[in-house]
Amino acid sequence: MDFFGIPPQALLGQLLLGLINGAFYAMLSLGLAVIFGMLNIINFTHGAQYMMGAFAAYFLLHYLGLGYWWALILAPIGVGAVGVAIERTMLRHLYKLDHLYGLLLTFGLALVVQGLFQNEFGSSGLPYRIPAELQGGQNLGFMFLPNYRAWVVLVSLAVCLATWFLIERTRLGAYLRAATENPALVQAFGINVPRMITLTYGFGVALAAFAGVLAAPIYQVNPLMGSNLIIIVFAVVVIGGMGSIMGAILTGFGLGLIEGLTKVFYPEASSTVIFVIMALVLLVKPAGLFGRTA
Amino acid sequence: MPEPLLKVAGLNAFYGESHVLHGVDLEVGAGELVTLLGRNGAGKTTTLKSVVGMIADRRGSVAYQGHELIELPSHVIARLGLAFCPEERGIFASLDVGENLMLPPEIAPGGMGLDDIFRLFPNLKERLRSQGTKLSGGEQQMLAIARILRTGARLLLLDEPTEGLAPVIIEQIGACIGELKAKGFTILLVEQNFRFATEVADRFYVMENGRIVDEIGRADLDRRRTDIEAYLGV
Ligand SMILES: Nc1ncnc2c1ncn2[C@@H]1O[C@H](COP(=O)(O)OP(=O)(O)OP(=O)(O)O)[C@@H](O)[C@H]1O
Ligand SMILES: [Mg+2]
Repeated sequence: MDFFGIPPQALLGQLLLGLINGAFYAMLSLGLAVIFGMLNIINFTHGAQYMMGAFAAYFLLHYLGLGYWWALILAPIGVGAVGVAIERTMLRHLYKLDHLYGLLLTFGLALVVQGLFQNEFGSSGLPYRIPAELQGGQNLGFMFLPNYRAWVVLVSLAVCLATWFLIERTRLGAYLRAATENPALVQAFGINVPRMITLTYGFGVALAAFAGVLAAPIYQVNPLMGSNLIIIVFAVVVIGGMGSIMGAILTGFGLGLIEGLTKVFYPEASSTVIFVIMALVLLVKPAGLFGRTA
Repeated sequence: MPEPLLKVAGLNAFYGESHVLHGVDLEVGAGELVTLLGRNGAGKTTTLKSVVGMIADRRGSVAYQGHELIELPSHVIARLGLAFCPEERGIFASLDVGENLMLPPEIAPGGMGLDDIFRLFPNLKERLRSQGTKLSGGEQQMLAIARILRTGARLLLLDEPTEGLAPVIIEQIGACIGELKAKGFTILLVEQNFRFATEVADRFYVMENGRIVDEIGRADLDRRRTDIEAYLGV
């Protein structure tokens, strides 16, 4: 049995890879969407913060002997705290200005952070082992499914849906959505909006760091891991539309799968297909597939 | 006379370079309903927003129950018991009616229960799942008032609640405001609809060019009617 001359093992294997890439696209574009909604800032530091999450996992292991499971909790908290400091000291002053200024500042920060890590650790990548509990895999008969990859897909799906639920279905989420529309009025109702903005940025950054920890055993820990990924993630965000939480999740996973399929059927285009789709979406629906037009 | 619940003295307010309020003085006693009248651009909205801390650059004194508010951020002011209902209503499009209604946090015990609120505004109960901004203008105004009644705030600042509404709706809002007064809420109301204001208010201030230029008690209304019409340019 095969599909258009493609053996099913190859097809499913690429779909799995696509799903894993999609999981990272979804988590990162989700964080960007959350930050953009609340701060009106396009957080170009997101890729560097993802990389910092992976490095935090590496440091925790090598200096404190704390393994993967600790890293999943502590790295997002630590990197998120750095995000809080960045918001308090820098981003806060840019909210009244055009998006462009936030983008420039966060872009500059990303280059600084990345440069510092590259200077210290080179560009070759440091290994990070899959935790013992998740080594090995399942033979599904038609393909071999590594446990760690299945874990990454499931946990990122869970994190994405939990974030969606938090924002769209809870009282705290109602505060966030309302403050996105009219922060002054929400504050006049007695809600500490400046603190909520700070924590939202911290949360978005923590999400990036969490993705970084998940990525460490798959892609190694590398100062450039974020800058490679973030360009694609921005394309994902453009395709999905800036404002939408569910849009970011669906577009992230969907484009991962499309990329995987392209690798099977027309490998030459696999690294560009997302950008082709981005160009088409921009021409047909500039606000993005799920975006609200301003 | 006992210390007023709200005492504004020498209030100045600025939008950047432009100086909009020039020393506003006014008082509102507990349980009183005071109306601020004045033409477009007189500074009525700016006065209310300055009281609740929504104008960044404001100077002078705003005292609520003897607490000075002028330096406080708006979320702290709200928690002392003031609630603001904006002129443009401020219904959130990304929230449904129920979420809009439940948005302002409870700041003190003794807020109105949902049963009472739905008795005042039966329309809202049927539309809880609708998107907030899908309501009619009148329903949005009801929602904007309803949501600040739940919170336990005792001083309500209502900015032109009848603006642009049909007479039947205005009547419903008037009945609601009467009931709020009976329940002991203190209300500072901005109105351009003078007929409406005379039905509910105990006292009137008239504003012109960022200053209070006159104060009129309910008892003097008939005698002062021509003055008021001149102020409002009707
Ligand atoms: N955001 C702003 N920036 C600059 N000037 C403003 C702003 N808002 C109001 N003003 C100016 O301040 C003055 C007072 O405005 P305000 O809205 O307080 O008047 P108002 O009495 O509420 O008028 P209306 O009856 O039209 O609501 C006006 O001259 C107005 O043009
Ligand atoms: Mg006004």
